[in-house]
Amino acid sequence: MSMAPHSKLDGEAGARLLAKAQWRWYEVLFWLAAISLYFVFGDFIPGIPTKLMLLSEIVSLGLLALSIDLVLGYAGIVTLGQGAFFGLGAYVAGVMAKAGMGVFPLSDPLLGLLAAAAVCGIAGFLTSFLVLRGSDLTRLMVTLGVALILAELANQMRWLTGGADGLQGVTSSPILGQWDFDLWGRTAYLYSLAVLFVCFWLSRRIVHSTFGLSLKAIKGNALRARAIGVPVNARLIAIYALAAAIAGVAGALLAQTTQSASPDMIAFHRSADALLILVFGGAGYLYGGLIGAVLFRVMQDVIGAFTLQYWQFWLGLVLVLLVLFVRGGVIGLLEGWWNRMTRTGDAP
Amino acid sequence: MRKQILKGLAASAIALAALPALAQETVKIGLILPMTGQQASTGRQLEAGVKTYMAQHGAKVAGKTIEVIVKDDTGVADISKRLAQELVVNDKVSVLGGFGLTPIAMAVGPVATQAKVPAIIMTAATSVVVEQSPYFIRVGRTMPQMTFPIADWAAKNGVKTAVTLVSDYAPGIDGEKFFKQRFEEAGGKVLDTLRAPLASPDFAAFLQKAKDLKPDALFLFVPSGQGATLMKQVIDRDFAGSKIRVIATGDVTDDDLLNSMGDSVLGMVTSHDYSADHDSPENKAFVETFKKVNDNLRPNMMAIAAYDGMDVIYRALEATKGDANGQKLIEAMKGQKWMSPRGPMEIDATTREAIPPMYIRKVERKNGELYNVEFEAVGPVKDPTHK
Amino acid sequence: MLTILFDGVAYGMLLFVLAIGLCVTLGLMNFINLAHGAFAMAGGYLTIVMMNRYGVSFYWSLPAAFVFSAILGAVLEHTLYVHLYTKSHLDQVLFSIGLVFMATAIVDYFMGANQQTINLPSSLEGRVDFLGASIGVYRIFTIVLCGLLTIGLQFVLSKTRFGSRLRAAVDDGRVARGMGIDVTKIFALTFAVGSGLAGLGGALSTGIISMDPTFPLKYMIYFLIVISVGGATTITGPFFASLLLGVADVAGKYYMPAVGGFIIYTIMVAVLILRPQGLFTRASR
Repeated sequence: MSMAPHSKLDGEAGARLLAKAQWRWYEVLFWLAAISLYFVFGDFIPGIPTKLMLLSEIVSLGLLALSIDLVLGYAGIVTLGQGAFFGLGAYVAGVMAKAGMGVFPLSDPLLGLLAAAAVCGIAGFLTSFLVLRGSDLTRLMVTLGVALILAELANQMRWLTGGADGLQGVTSSPILGQWDFDLWGRTAYLYSLAVLFVCFWLSRRIVHSTFGLSLKAIKGNALRARAIGVPVNARLIAIYALAAAIAGVAGALLAQTTQSASPDMIAFHRSADALLILVFGGAGYLYGGLIGAVLFRVMQDVIGAFTLQYWQFWLGLVLVLLVLFVRGGVIGLLEGWWNRMTRTGDAP
Repeated sequence: MRKQILKGLAASAIALAALPALAQETVKIGLILPMTGQQASTGRQLEAGVKTYMAQHGAKVAGKTIEVIVKDDTGVADISKRLAQELVVNDKVSVLGGFGLTPIAMAVGPVATQAKVPAIIMTAATSVVVEQSPYFIRVGRTMPQMTFPIADWAAKNGVKTAVTLVSDYAPGIDGEKFFKQRFEEAGGKVLDTLRAPLASPDFAAFLQKAKDLKPDALFLFVPSGQGATLMKQVIDRDFAGSKIRVIATGDVTDDDLLNSMGDSVLGMVTSHDYSADHDSPENKAFVETFKKVNDNLRPNMMAIAAYDGMDVIYRALEATKGDANGQKLIEAMKGQKWMSPRGPMEIDATTREAIPPMYIRKVERKNGELYNVEFEAVGPVKDPTHK
Repeated sequence: MLTILFDGVAYGMLLFVLAIGLCVTLGLMNFINLAHGAFAMAGGYLTIVMMNRYGVSFYWSLPAAFVFSAILGAVLEHTLYVHLYTKSHLDQVLFSIGLVFMATAIVDYFMGANQQTINLPSSLEGRVDFLGASIGVYRIFTIVLCGLLTIGLQFVLSKTRFGSRLRAAVDDGRVARGMGIDVTKIFALTFAVGSGLAGLGGALSTGIISMDPTFPLKYMIYFLIVISVGGATTITGPFFASLLLGVADVAGKYYMPAVGGFIIYTIMVAVLILRPQGLFTRASR
């Protein structure tokens, strides 16, 4: 599987960078495993409960974390406001599905996704100017501030959003008029997974392209990047808008699969969870957000089954221990093991 | 890595599969409650109410064993929807229940309809919720049911002008709307309607504004469990000294919080359907068992709703002779009448709405503790918004 | 009008005391401790337990809350936080959020999930008339106490030997070490004081708001707003920022209730766009 980026890369360095862009066996395995979960947890095997709704939720969360990874892991912008685009995407998709009354053209989920991506991309472009300068803390707080203002807007614009009650009557029509969302979450999972893969594939191409490499240069040292002729601001604006569009798609997915959109989709905890999950999984690998989302939610589900009220304690303990003993999140942990096993320098 | 995921998922699978497989003999009830987060105290009271009912009535009804499964929705709507789906599909529950907030109940509605499973609304108080699915039954109460009696009482007791202060979310806005409507019908005048953000830590601005308007009374509503902060600041602002009466729905002087509010709330008048002090043999038995089973916690209006919810389910199962078919159960639930610890209760046969008995109460000290002491029985109040 | 101003100042002061400890750890030690609210919660609950269960006076509870949270801070600093100073900001965020989760569950386990509060001593209750405006006694108490605290802190930092050592340790730890300054000890002490101040803030806040297990998360945003608007490098920056935010919030909600919910966030975003380092930053040297 070769997906060589369009490149003007020559020589030894170029070859090495190109090699990095190759799909590895473990990546293929990752996606095959994701598909196989459909058959394991889709209520096809007696005795194994269906968990596809949880998995769909994880996909949406993972996609949100992926969008943060693009700005944080590759461009070095810390954001606590990605929930703003997530929620905006959810409302765009929700309002469209509602206005279409569950009938094909307007209520079609794919159209909803595109609209959410477009609106959030534009919103990302407009707000990107706020994050071009400032320290980590400043960016954190500006993005958070934007999200909080948007959340308050969603609460106030009752005529459009349904206020604090959330949007009611969100019914998506069957995807392309073919596949309807069922109680088991089968359609929802396959649909979410397909959307995730497309977004992931796009992100992967981008980070391995010359554009992505220039982002890494900016993250490493913005001043030096500017000196060698990288248009720093334009690049940051572009990636921020793109990440916003992807976050919007993630929100739209959640709105469509749960048939609801409410202010807590913009709320602070959404952005914070996603950032947490990304750092937990490991930023700067693209897979970190996905793996983090899976582990985080599964832990929550499993621990919650044993201790309904106090699962937060154990989750907190895991976070604390992870930071104390591991560098670079769960992927960092795996990388460490891998290196020790193979004793080579270049690993996942 | 992947092994780890699968292991995790497998563990949860086993945990769920380990539940008794005697599907015919057991009837499962799935409760979706906020056990962590902002609404955690509500979830705790609801769970405690269910426990109390089971302690009094056992786990067997009409030859079936009742099994209750509790899930934590963390107060987030989309999670509650997923949990409802999992409870229906995996655990094959026959009845859903709980729902701490209006948006959470709204999110569960479509699942109940699609799966034809009765869903008992215990907490959410916005009137429209129950119309969202033909499988919704409410055993709690609605905002107009709580606000009409206090509006009437105020109008009858020399209150000519009032200001309302509510939390800025659906039930709060409902409360404001219905108080204003009823109070003005009775000849009163609402000078201003103030709305504080749900997460507001400081009510100073709103309270000062209310005070400056010099009404005869200030009407308050905040979600149950959030009243302590508000009352603290109300007391600090000394409304009594300005001859402004403070009145509220019973949520503000929640039984769960009342004792910690101190003597400054003595004499405050509220309206609600439940007070732990209600004088009846049913309530004495309820409070006694509740305290015994739940570590001396005092029951509040959430606990009683959960208790009555279980009662409705048990009696519906008796009526169907243990048949847990959703359609039959919901039919058996409609129109039920019984003697609840809060007084005579009824479920409206056509709207599936609770018709609770309302009381006007005053905070008094009894046996060293603060209680909402009922001094006027309003009787059953029907929700006026359903056609 | 005067009452509103006063309420706003008092609210701002409360925000300030709650946030000041975070300002110490973030601004002076460059450590993002999102678990700051957990120390405030510890102080708040200690006050509640002391007053409601053991009948201890409120005036004794305040210093007790400071000492308790300071000791808690010192212990955690020595065992856990000390390993985090060299890690990235993101690791610090993840770590301290983990602590918040644990603190929430622990408090829930021991104290229950419902809101809890105290009854103020009668000497702090009631209202007084001041230039025709009616003002709560407790709010005056908060303002005076916080004012004294600010002056004291500012004095310690700028005029004492400890203050200059701390500034040296922050500006360049290696050189400070070379000069014979025990940086580890100074950081430990500073962290303990920061936590203690949080505890004191928590105890003070029980006079106006109530405690519940979600306190650290609920107020985290407010702490961060104060710090980012004021700039974290000084004590006076967050002080004035707190005043500004407190007054703007209360006055906004009073005069323009329809947009009241937006005011504090809008001010923050506007300030940070115009002055990314905060309103009152020390001139760079």
